[in-house]
Amino acid sequence: RDFNERCAQCSEVNWGLTDGGRFYCRSCHNVTERTREVVNTDFITNSRVQTISKGSRKQEENDGGSEWYICEGFQLVLKKQVEALEALGVCPQMKDEILCNFWRCYLQKSKQAYCKRPAPETVKTLSVCESSTDVDSDPERPSLLHLLSLSESEGDLQTDCSFASSVSKVSESTSVYSGSVDGSLYLMKNQKEKLRMTMPMTLSFCYMALLWVREPITLSELLRYVVEGHIPYLNVFQHFPEKMKLCGLDLKIFCVESWPVYEEVFDQMHELAAFLDLPRFPDITESCFLHPDMLCMKYLMEANLPDELHIWTCRVVKKIGIGEVDFLTLVPGNKSTRKVKYDVLAVAVIVVVLKLLFLLDDHYEWLLSEYAEERNKNNTEVYIFYSGGPYFEFKKWYEVVKHSLDVKQKKLDEERAKYLWRCEKPLFYSVKNKSKVLKRRQMVVNLQNQFGKLSGSVQCAEKPNPSSFQLSWSEKNTDGSCFHGHSLKGVLQEKRGLLTAMNPDYWLCTVKLCNEKLCGHLAHYKEVEFPQSYHFVLGLFSFLLRVQPSYIHDEVCMIEHKLFNKKLYKKLKYNTVLRS
Amino acid sequence: SSNEHKLNFKKSKEACLSYIQDALLQKQWKRAAEFLTCYVESLEKDYSREHIGPSEMIWRIGTEILWHHSQSSMKEFSCFMEQMKTLGVKRYLKVCLEHVFHLLCNGQIDEAYQNLSLAESWRFGEQTAIQDKEMKLIQAYRGLLDYYSWSEQKNILLEQGEDGFSDLAVEQEMHGYFRKAAVNLKEIIKIPGVWDIFVKCYVDLLEFYGDHNEARQVLNEYAYNSKFPANPNAHVYLYQFLKRQREPKKSLISALKILHDIVPSHELMIDFNTMLQKSKKRKKRRLGLEVIFAALDYAGWKENAKAWSCLTRQVKQIVVSDKHLDWIKQEWNSRKDWWPAFHFSRYLAKRNWQEDKSLSYEKALVAGILLGKGCKYFKYVSHQGCKAQLKRFRMLKKFVNRHNLVYLKISG
Repeated sequence: RDFNERCAQCSEVNWGLTDGGRFYCRSCHNVTERTREVVNTDFITNSRVQTISKGSRKQEENDGGSEWYICEGFQLVLKKQVEALEALGVCPQMKDEILCNFWRCYLQKSKQAYCKRPAPETVKTLSVCESSTDVDSDPERPSLLHLLSLSESEGDLQTDCSFASSVSKVSESTSVYSGSVDGSLYLMKNQKEKLRMTMPMTLSFCYMALLWVREPITLSELLRYVVEGHIPYLNVFQHFPEKMKLCGLDLKIFCVESWPVYEEVFDQMHELAAFLDLPRFPDITESCFLHPDMLCMKYLMEANLPDELHIWTCRVVKKIGIGEVDFLTLVPGNKSTRKVKYDVLAVAVIVVVLKLLFLLDDHYEWLLSEYAEERNKNNTEVYIFYSGGPYFEFKKWYEVVKHSLDVKQKKLDEERAKYLWRCEKPLFYSVKNKSKVLKRRQMVVNLQNQFGKLSGSVQCAEKPNPSSFQLSWSEKNTDGSCFHGHSLKGVLQEKRGLLTAMNPDYWLCTVKLCNEKLCGHLAHYKEVEFPQSYHFVLGLFSFLLRVQPSYIHDEVCMIEHKLFNKKLYKKLKYNTVLRS
Repeated sequence: SSNEHKLNFKKSKEACLSYIQDALLQKQWKRAAEFLTCYVESLEKDYSREHIGPSEMIWRIGTEILWHHSQSSMKEFSCFMEQMKTLGVKRYLKVCLEHVFHLLCNGQIDEAYQNLSLAESWRFGEQTAIQDKEMKLIQAYRGLLDYYSWSEQKNILLEQGEDGFSDLAVEQEMHGYFRKAAVNLKEIIKIPGVWDIFVKCYVDLLEFYGDHNEARQVLNEYAYNSKFPANPNAHVYLYQFLKRQREPKKSLISALKILHDIVPSHELMIDFNTMLQKSKKRKKRRLGLEVIFAALDYAGWKENAKAWSCLTRQVKQIVVSDKHLDWIKQEWNSRKDWWPAFHFSRYLAKRNWQEDKSLSYEKALVAGILLGKGCKYFKYVSHQGCKAQLKRFRMLKKFVNRHNLVYLKISG
């Protein structure tokens, strides 16, 4: 009776139930696909997913807690995350329509809800409240330690085994497995079949939704916002309502102690899209933010490189066809196409362009720089102004950018060492070590206060405002530290009416690409084997995107092989492979 | 795996620790405190597999910061230590001890004593037995503080005695402290270890009350029991005791013999040589020569005029008697390659002459005998000395000239 949605045909709210358990509109007799089990479609309130049919629901008065399921927890997490994204300016449809539907679809596919018959294993579970006496007689019941050791890579929580082991020493009948109803079962499930939900996967959901609506937020940005605290991730569970008690194995599921990495979220997103049987995503066209032409512009600005380079990135993009709609748009489940990492792709294009124009062999780029320096010295300011900006000097650019980068990197390194992973809400594996945990927490708070006072005035509790740009350069600076308006004429020449690079050479990062399916990479990057300038450029974008240099290097290799495809087989002089 | 660069709790805290370490090494206490504030949440994780857990880290780092930070008070420090005591039961007594040391450094003797007494009364199941050694130390230090109290009372008593007063209360108190101190000090020195200060204090007590036998036994044990680590001070204490007891030379010499073996450069070697030289026994005199040569092998003795005079005396005596030149030969054999540059260079001749005429005199004699009158050192010094018309230098010249052939005999 809570079903309040308007009928699709007649827009009335007048529902009845068919014999089959489906809703039908009494006004126009339109039968929906919605089954009776979908009681509350209201995504806003913390809806308990009442679709899992099981035995009687015990509303225990234990600690005022009530029964809750893991997927309810994740639903809350997603809600919080998408609200945060909304606060960042993402369109509201993302929450109400996109993500909501994705989530429902997921629940359906993984048979946790919205389906007629739930997974049969939900029957036997343990909750906080129960204290069954015949635990030991059941040979299939896993031990607490066994369950703790199962789970994904979070080795850290495993070290909390001492808490757990102290619990298991006590008679198992009163031991606590989880605050949620299905915590222990959740960890036992076969991961491959049903794509078990994890905290990193919530970000995959978010990214998938962002991609669907083609929001101008790249995956690397999303992850950066997470780390900077603009999107809830660490310790989201502290926003769970009081009655959702979190303990025992729930911690393994909801408490993360590592930041997710790009590769992980990216790969899982694609797995998820395929799992959900989603259709082709909305087209990524030239006017989209995620199109390489757009992203290249953004990253060129951020890297303080001349705007003129944009022409070249567009040329490369066009030449190798990575600007095509079909290449860029995601088709879930299609294993033959390469999954596109929009941001990594864009910066890789920039790297290739830099190599085309400057060679980056630790030699030529400095020569070009000297040449440019000479020209700049000899020209008057007026001339420079009228001739479209000074000659771009690689050396100057390197010095300016390196300086800023070093400062930012140092700051980032310190921040990483200063992360506070724990929150006010105490975590305990069982009621038994609650007092110990609380004592510890108190001591931690005391010590933080004591030493916090001695830290001097360095406390900056304010989060920085979320910003799409980490490095910014203003043309208004009179110290010449902004290179956007600089000209590439020092490195270009006119040949038969076309502007081409003065640099005749190019060196390939790798002559042969690895088989990605076998070893996971297209190439294997070792800093010592490549020129310092190349390493610097990789490092710059690696910092901006918060991914490993090798990740970008792979993409560079891929682009190069597309670009020089024909020439690789013709073995012309362009095939100079430079290795130190 | 590709996830190795993932930033997780453990890595983040490791990085945090290295920042703390850098800050500590550079004495940047504020910065160390800043990072420590972020580190303390490690306490909420279990590190039972690690060698040093976060609670120990926090204790040690926090102690350093609070001790040195300009804005930290002793009160805060003590408060922190109390918290640390509750953190790790296995370290309880250790933390107590360290706390006491800091209090002593800060001059808070009474608080230190209180803490020691409190710690002494601590019991915690099997931990009490496990931390037995620490408990003994605590008792020993309390005994030490009792000794100092005893010492204070003793001084009061002595002053009063001079004035003709005699306060029974003070005397009683003094004896009380003695009893308390003696019990604990005696216990700790039974355990093999380096207990210099405890031994000294205990022996002082015993001597005052006239129990010389016990004192001697204690010192002998401390010096000669092979279970105890080799400790030059043990022999020094024994020697000093025997000297106070006016023991015969023989026992004094045997006490110093081992000291010579362990620390040939010890300052007591002068005393040792002096005693040995005067001995009637040939072996002892031989040893004496060995001792003084060995001492002068060390850079710290280069400019010690007294040491050189010991050597001079003995060398003179041997040369004049013309007996046992082979002794000198033996000693010189291993030194003839490097002593000339080490002691008898022309530069040193000039410097010694400028700074210390007596020193140059003694050295010149030795040089002249060992290296002949043609050696740089002797030539320079004797020349300068004769120019300055100092009598003893003229005598020196004559002496060396007279025994000029000695150097040939000993270097052959």
